[in-house]
Amino acid sequence: MKYLWHVLDHLRKDLRLEWRSRDSINGMLFFALLVVVVFGLAFDPTSYPTVTRQISGGILWVALLFASITALNQSWGREQRNNVLEAQRMAPSPASALFLGKAIANMLFVLVVEAVLAPIFIVFFNLHALGNLWLLALILPLGTWALVVNGTFFAALGLRARNRELLLPLLLLPISLPAILAMVQATTGVLTADLDPIQISTWIKQLAGYDIIFTTVCILLFETVLNAE
Amino acid sequence: MEQRTPTLRNVAWLWFGISVAVLIVGFQQAIFLVPTDAAQGNVGRIFYYHVPIAMLSLIFPYINFAASLFYLYWRRRDPLKALTADALALSTAEVTVVYSSICLLTGMLWGRATWGIWWTWDPRLTSMLLLWLLYVSYLMLRRFSSTGQTHTLAAVLSVFAAVDVPIVYMSIRWWRTQHPAPVFGGGPDSGVDPSMLPAFFWNLAGWALWGLCIVLFRFSLERRRQLAEQEAALQAIEASLEIPQ
Repeated sequence: MKYLWHVLDHLRKDLRLEWRSRDSINGMLFFALLVVVVFGLAFDPTSYPTVTRQISGGILWVALLFASITALNQSWGREQRNNVLEAQRMAPSPASALFLGKAIANMLFVLVVEAVLAPIFIVFFNLHALGNLWLLALILPLGTWALVVNGTFFAALGLRARNRELLLPLLLLPISLPAILAMVQATTGVLTADLDPIQISTWIKQLAGYDIIFTTVCILLFETVLNAE
Repeated sequence: MEQRTPTLRNVAWLWFGISVAVLIVGFQQAIFLVPTDAAQGNVGRIFYYHVPIAMLSLIFPYINFAASLFYLYWRRRDPLKALTADALALSTAEVTVVYSSICLLTGMLWGRATWGIWWTWDPRLTSMLLLWLLYVSYLMLRRFSSTGQTHTLAAVLSVFAAVDVPIVYMSIRWWRTQHPAPVFGGGPDSGVDPSMLPAFFWNLAGWALWGLCIVLFRFSLERRRQLAEQEAALQAIEASLEIPQ
């Protein structure tokens, strides 16, 4: 119970910081929008509706992945200024509470970006989903959490590394590939209605399993990373 | 510096000689003695290199994982033992990258000759590529992180990689795809003709001996580097004590 309060404290602090600066959300939004526009120019999606359905799941996730990497690189930066991170290492709250609060905050930021991006995506790509659209309400949060939980962890891991802007994608992309595969396949299945519901539910289950496994590993190992010296 | 006994060195050279000898026998068996594959012709002989190396490149990551767990366990309790575990983790990670590269390359050669394409996004191939990517990123992290925390961060990443590999490996067994079905333990039709077995086992033994030999050489090299580093640190401390305050 006390643990939960610690998590909420960290979450509240991150949300307040973001509310005052709005750095990461604005950055992510514009970046994701640019990726969508670039892919739109590259593929001319309005003239081939079938092709658009097949590729837009992948494009949506690639845009979100790149956008969240740009924000995750910054997310620990504000803790490093004025040695706030050192203070948190000495604080009586468990280290994993700090991690969970930060991960949930990042998750909320990416969800806001998704909420803004989805209508733009539908308009620009002339999308008309053929499958069960409400399944996306399950796939999007699960996929986002898979990206954000590992991303927050590896951003902390590379914190004191030499070129950490480069290190984060180098570590995060290989680890996330199974999750990316699952979320792209499930999203494409929903948009094209080519996969039958059993296959889609298998992908969603794999995604949920991935989330559970890696959240556990992150929580167990975060203290080691935070106190690595 | 640690005293290196001549016996240990002789054993290492003997091991090296034996693994080369076994590899030569394996080469003779696979290239000259085994009858040519009825369906594939001489291209099928890649099998004797590709499959043993693929099997071994799935074993070394787990040595790396175990060594990393030992590192994390000993990190505070016994730092000197932890350094030994870290040297083992580094050497197995490097050998993993070498073996999975060879596996990918021989597979691509075979694919070009048999399928007519170098690469396809088959689950089997993808998971091997992923293994390669994971351990390359492990070596990258070791290079990029600042000294002092490299060991801990690398051990943490190794846990992530070891969790990731089975996820992909299992997810591929559920589909029928372009890669040939598992040869050993893959079902009622699996297994090979008995005439092919000697060549296969000679090569498996040879590459296993060779891989362990490389791991041991790399391990002792890393140990020597660690000891030299400790020696230098000790001398620096002693020198700083002699300066009159």
